[in-house]
Amino acid sequence: MAVFILRRLVSAILVMFSISILVFLIFFATPGVDPAARIAGRSATPQVLAQVKHEFGLDRPLPIRYGLMMDHLFIKQDLASYVNVGDKVIPQIEAAAPVTLSLVLGAAVIWLVVGVAGGVIAAANRGKFIDPLIMFLGIAAISVPAYWLGQVVNLITQSKLHSSIFSWVPPSGYVALSSNPGEWALHLLFPWLTLAALYAGIYARVLRAELVNALNEDYVRTARAKGLSERRILLRHALRCSLISIVSLFGLDFGSLIGGAALLTEVVFGLPGVGQLTYTALQNLDLPVIMGTVMYGAFFVVLANAVVDVAYGFLDPRVRLA
Amino acid sequence: MHAVDGLSLSVGRKEVVGIVGESGSGKSVSMYSMLGLLREPNVSVTGSVRFEGREILGLADREMRVLRGRDIGMIFQDPMTALTPVYKVGWQIAEQIRAHQDVTKAQARQRAVELLGEVGIPEPHRRVDQFPHEFSGGMRQRVVIAMALSCNPKLLIADEPTTALDVTTQAQILELMGKLQDAYDSSIVLITHDMGVISEMADRVVVMYAGRPAEIGDRRAVIRTPQHPYTWGLLGAVPRVETKRSRLATIPGTPVSPLNVPTGCAFAPRCVHRFEKCDERPVLRGDGHLDACWLSSEQKVHLRAGTLEIGEGA
Repeated sequence: MAVFILRRLVSAILVMFSISILVFLIFFATPGVDPAARIAGRSATPQVLAQVKHEFGLDRPLPIRYGLMMDHLFIKQDLASYVNVGDKVIPQIEAAAPVTLSLVLGAAVIWLVVGVAGGVIAAANRGKFIDPLIMFLGIAAISVPAYWLGQVVNLITQSKLHSSIFSWVPPSGYVALSSNPGEWALHLLFPWLTLAALYAGIYARVLRAELVNALNEDYVRTARAKGLSERRILLRHALRCSLISIVSLFGLDFGSLIGGAALLTEVVFGLPGVGQLTYTALQNLDLPVIMGTVMYGAFFVVLANAVVDVAYGFLDPRVRLA
Repeated sequence: MHAVDGLSLSVGRKEVVGIVGESGSGKSVSMYSMLGLLREPNVSVTGSVRFEGREILGLADREMRVLRGRDIGMIFQDPMTALTPVYKVGWQIAEQIRAHQDVTKAQARQRAVELLGEVGIPEPHRRVDQFPHEFSGGMRQRVVIAMALSCNPKLLIADEPTTALDVTTQAQILELMGKLQDAYDSSIVLITHDMGVISEMADRVVVMYAGRPAEIGDRRAVIRTPQHPYTWGLLGAVPRVETKRSRLATIPGTPVSPLNVPTGCAFAPRCVHRFEKCDERPVLRGDGHLDACWLSSEQKVHLRAGTLEIGEGA
């Protein structure tokens, strides 16, 4: 198992390295595009262009440019924006990352609990009234876009009912966990629920389908012939085997959300996360920031997938051999 | 539709009853329905199932669970899929023991090791902590057998236990089952489509066709003097070394679908000996050796001689 984890992490590092090269090439070696002009932003003076050329070594060979770039990004961490002059990229990402992490982690806990519980309850009661009810709620949660749901939640909690039952809801924004844990949770409660709704719906539906499949497997028949209770068969045998697909789904969703896909929820609830940072940078064509957040997002997707693969190894012994 | 219709059989203590028939003849379904293993909501099972004199058909699931696994063990056709892939085999055996007996985890595990040894798995102390995918097909079937035997069941239902295995492994598993039956004093219901397996293991034979019993009798009687044309067909399809016949006999046509079983004899559409009477559904008749065929005894002796060349050694 230790060997398996080690091997997986080494391969994750190799993938990250390839991603950094790829991102670098997209930004700095796309034919017909002058990277200096892009980095310097619109309306840049010739002096600024020259400074950019020198700073990123644009007059030197590609491998050296790559080295300089990585040096700016990870070692000196002094990559600066030319659109908002002087803003350092890395500190911006470092400030935005905990916001996104808080939002996505909390939502992930909610959607995993709700989604798995919904899937299990629906599968255990297939054919009864509660099964289609849960599946309908699931499809409803999937169909509602986050920006709409978020706005409605805001409308209700911040305006319509703010004077009565939702008077405890704080104004939108973010409070750091380290400064006040209670306020942190209170500020994030509705963003969590809004973001979790979609994924809870997907996971409940996927898990139900997986469980219904698993319950038709031969090993479930064996478990019944062993005289085990239906509850034990469902939870210890069918669910255990079905969790494998849920975990792989989770890895992809979690990685991409951390990498900025929670943008809509962040914008609706005024959370200064990575998604919002990327969004603003794109609007301003702030290339260094875009590059930083793209790299950051890609790394999280890779990392999440590596963690998922390790979790696979724990869940499914057959994977460890491969 | 009737998947199984009019089947009646009894299994004595320490007796091996073989149920034989083509795919879809209702062999497995009849056993699963007895044990409450058919979970389809649209299935209805009527009749009576008695285990040690007690009616078990229609028992609550909770009571049925006590019987399943403790008093009645099951062995399934495909050992590659019969075990939960994510648990160690020892854990799976111990799980069954602990579901029925008040023992500690350590005791259950110890028993699992003993069982694995008894079914001929080398190094059981090491193998007990391995996962199903680390075993070959034959070894997995031994694990399934060990699991079925873990609570000393009085009745063992083996659903085509050797069908998915290669020929040498088949012989080993059959030998093992015979040996264990002596050691554990279990009765066995052996479901198979292989007349060879029947002739090696069974005391009594039930031949099924289209969910109905076609012939029931002692092994010697059924194999030496089969009464039903369908049994002739099954026996004729067993390859023999001593005869010079170059092609194996086959039964013409395909098994009848349970959706449209003929009103008369179910086998009539494929039977070369059918006559007017076959439009009427035959009843099982005979003395000890029963069969559901309208042909007279003399006709059967005569026609059988023409169909089968059975050596005295069979």
